[in-house]
Amino acid sequence: MAKTIEGLFYSESHEWIKVEGEYGYIGISDHAQEAMGNIVYVDMPEEDDEVAQGEDFGAVESVKAASDLISPVSGTVVEVNEALGDTPELLNQNAYDNWIIKVKISNPAELDNLMDATAYEEYCKNEQH
Amino acid sequence: MGFAYFPHTPDDIRSMLERIGVATIDDLYADVPDDVIFHGDYDLPEALSEEEVRRFFAAIDKKNQPLTVMVGAGAYDHYAPSVIQSIISRSEFLTAYTPYQPEISQGTLRYIFEFQSMIATLTGMECCNASMYDGATSAAEAMMMSIAATRKKSRVLISSTLLPQVRRVVETYAKWHGVKLSVIKHCDGNTDLAHLESLLEGDDVAGVLVPSINRFGIIEDLSGFADAVHSRKALLMVYADPSALAVVRTPGEWGADVTCGDAQPLGIPLSYGGPYVGFLACRKEYVRKLPGRIVGATTDVDGKRAFVLTLQAREQHIRREKANSNICSNQSLMALYVTIYLSLMGKQGLKDVCDLSYGAAHYLHDRLLETGLFADVFDRPFLKEFVLKSDIPTEKLQKALLDGGFFAALQTEEGYVSFCATERRTIEEIDRMVDLIKCIK
Amino acid sequence: MKYYDKLIFELSRQGRVGYTLPRNNWEKSADEIPAMLCRSVEAELPQVSELDVVRHYTNLSNMNFGVDTGFYPLGSCTMKYNPKINEEIAAMACFRDIHPLQPDCSVQGVLEVYDGLCRSLEAITGMAKFTLNPFAGAHGELTGLMVIRRYHELRGDDKRTKVIVPDSAHGTNPASAAVCGLNVVEVKSTADGCIDIDALRPLLDDTVAGIMMTNPNTLGLFETRIREIADMVHACGGLLYYDGANFNPLLGKVRPGDMGFDVLHLNLHKTFSTPHGGGGPGSGPVGVAKHLANCLPDMRVEHGDDGMLHCVSHPDATGQISGFMGNFGVILRAYAYILMLGKENIKLAGRLATLNANYVKESLKDCYKLPIEKVCKHEFVFDGLADKSTGVTTLDVAKRLLDYGFHAPTIYFPLLFHQAIMIEPTETESKETIDAFIEVMQRIAGEAIEMPDELHTAPHTTPVRRLDETTAAKHPVITYAELRLCNQPT
Repeated sequence: MAKTIEGLFYSESHEWIKVEGEYGYIGISDHAQEAMGNIVYVDMPEEDDEVAQGEDFGAVESVKAASDLISPVSGTVVEVNEALGDTPELLNQNAYDNWIIKVKISNPAELDNLMDATAYEEYCKNEQH
Repeated sequence: MGFAYFPHTPDDIRSMLERIGVATIDDLYADVPDDVIFHGDYDLPEALSEEEVRRFFAAIDKKNQPLTVMVGAGAYDHYAPSVIQSIISRSEFLTAYTPYQPEISQGTLRYIFEFQSMIATLTGMECCNASMYDGATSAAEAMMMSIAATRKKSRVLISSTLLPQVRRVVETYAKWHGVKLSVIKHCDGNTDLAHLESLLEGDDVAGVLVPSINRFGIIEDLSGFADAVHSRKALLMVYADPSALAVVRTPGEWGADVTCGDAQPLGIPLSYGGPYVGFLACRKEYVRKLPGRIVGATTDVDGKRAFVLTLQAREQHIRREKANSNICSNQSLMALYVTIYLSLMGKQGLKDVCDLSYGAAHYLHDRLLETGLFADVFDRPFLKEFVLKSDIPTEKLQKALLDGGFFAALQTEEGYVSFCATERRTIEEIDRMVDLIKCIK
Repeated sequence: MKYYDKLIFELSRQGRVGYTLPRNNWEKSADEIPAMLCRSVEAELPQVSELDVVRHYTNLSNMNFGVDTGFYPLGSCTMKYNPKINEEIAAMACFRDIHPLQPDCSVQGVLEVYDGLCRSLEAITGMAKFTLNPFAGAHGELTGLMVIRRYHELRGDDKRTKVIVPDSAHGTNPASAAVCGLNVVEVKSTADGCIDIDALRPLLDDTVAGIMMTNPNTLGLFETRIREIADMVHACGGLLYYDGANFNPLLGKVRPGDMGFDVLHLNLHKTFSTPHGGGGPGSGPVGVAKHLANCLPDMRVEHGDDGMLHCVSHPDATGQISGFMGNFGVILRAYAYILMLGKENIKLAGRLATLNANYVKESLKDCYKLPIEKVCKHEFVFDGLADKSTGVTTLDVAKRLLDYGFHAPTIYFPLLFHQAIMIEPTETESKETIDAFIEVMQRIAGEAIEMPDELHTAPHTTPVRRLDETTAAKHPVITYAELRLCNQPT
């Protein structure tokens, strides 16, 4: 059973965001990494790139699958997790310790469109059927 | 009455239908509406025997005029070692599908790996894919690749000195893919750096495509191109003849990010334009934007060295409409062809081919000038192909040569005449052709 | 098959040569080229003898499996026998020495072959006009879509930027549409695998350029409501594109032109018996209905008033999509095949392919899960083993087949089922071969229960066994130069 963590916000496309002040760390959920299998590559944006809620900012790839990364919020990329360049498997090892990008959130109200851990668990359960 | 390709006997058909539980084969089409079934007679000839097929094509062949070729323009008449045809005819290579089951496809996977390695070292690039269709479509893919590799840019610059068919195919792809194209002028037969720099000022340029050896046969001087292009965060892409790269400066040495082109000059017969084999090579940082199949090295569960299709998550069967390219089948057997060619020739053989072609082409060039009927257009170094000016109408010139058994003097869009000579041309052939020209009234 | 571990580079010895060239008596040499235009680092090409090369590639070929080796039931790929006479014709010296830019008067034979194959394909498909220039199926798709866009453009209709693609389509369909600058809208399939007409209806408006269909679809099932779909799409001003990858069962039985299709591509390397060559060269001719004829790409072959064939362009053409006139060598092979078949045998080809497929399906449906109980055409799809209790997957079954000397079917496609196994036997396989395959598939189903571990680790008898694809994709090593660096002790 895939894990969730309280206090994070989740999107329907299986990204999470952890909010710290005006910044947010964005990653993929445990459910998403399980579904992908061995992740071999993470395509990431560059610093200062703009991201928009609901639009893709990169992709994760396994040997036989690829999935777009959809931003849960709008904002500006202030940092990317360089460690994933060499060791993309970190996302398989712990999806919540390893964020992909850090953004400066431009519209905090957008967080209201996301799910909390309980709602997300329920969402995953329904999606499987 | 049986047919050689269909092994079914009446008994076979009867027992198979029985297991399926229908009375006739046509019952298996009962779900097809009758009004779409073709009840007529196909407008085709009746079946021929092998001997009749041979005779049919032998008769057709008589309608082709055998000519000695002294034109290049993107298809070059180079020598093909005898070994190649013998190996590529082996059914294990010829009748295999794409190597999706690596355990029983190591032959295909290994030669593709060798092909990638050879093209990479020839072009001075770090990566290469398993092949493209031809040179013109490899240039179109390079264009799309530059758009995919740069963010939010929509324009590609192409040199006016690229082969006409390459420009036309790039234009077609650009139009429908939604890429803006601008054409860089040439200055005295070389792509004009000053004009290129002015076109880069818009800052919307994703890539710049220029030839290594251009349609005038000139070996282009690309000094300063990479700096100019990279300063605007665009990709420098070079269209190259891999046969010439044994001698001429490589796209890698010019600072290019991507090299595309046609490997036909590596011994592939002219064959009226195909099958040839395109290639697309790049620097390592762009490998995940490279379209098409790529073979990588790995090991199997027993630790044996093995090869496999890799980075498949880029491709159409996984990424569907998000893929950067739709290419699926490529020209694999022709990649084997040039891999064997390059194995046999090695670096010395390839240099010898360049030397012989250079010698023949310059002899032809000098003999044509001696006639007093031609003049140089450009004073720039060329390898095996060149253009001249002449007062003889090209049509008249070409016709006279055709009657004498030569295909030469192709007209360029400016009205120059283009000639080419490779290591296959002898001094007797060249002298005979020049004599024919001298007789034109 | 036998494992052989060399790369050609590893046979190289300084000073060894594998070629002969004429003596160089020319006065000038490439040394005259100014140094700044010359390469400074030598290319790393092998130096080997002719026999080294012959043995090396013969050894490589011994690790390969082709149609001539054994049964190749690869779904959607139509791995039928590739007749040898085709090779003989394609190798005729006369065709090999013709330059693509030679004047028309010197290549009347070549143009007659091109024109002759176009005419034959027109007769077989019921389309009005063909181009043979596209190099492969996906290239044909792209060309066909460019023709569709050009048609709408010429009518001044610039709103049509949407193309409808079924969720069961080959991956090339949406990819070709995207390369062509069209927006892909997916239409769902019904439970029996056909297009959901109720889902299609609301998608049809004046922004639809066309719909791409495969019929029979990728489950091998005939879209029986095709005429209704054609009428609906035409009524909204869209065009119908036929993906000819699955044309084989209709060869000699149904013409796409009669189903209402406006544009199609064929795969000469599937339906028309030309060899796949380990992934090409193929050929993807595009045929169109009369109203689209002028939109075909340049150049095309036309009969002139002078009684000769000519290579010409047309102002309404969608542009040029190939350097020259396509893979002529493949065109020759396909033409030879059609001449061998003739009007009488062509009527059997599709029917026998369908017979073979249904026979396999009916013989194996007790051991493998058949999700849709219907008559299939040239291929069909199982959703894995009927009994999945031991965790044996479709991948395991496919790999186990290799141990028994068969090529694996297409697996994990279409995406509609999680454990898809797609089987296409083609018409050139005998009942004995197919019975042997059926028996092995039944045995594997038994092994899945009795010795599942043997299957999880299959294959066991092939030159190499399962590969580490994860490392290959994570740290791609794709040239010999890179491989050498990896092998150096650090």
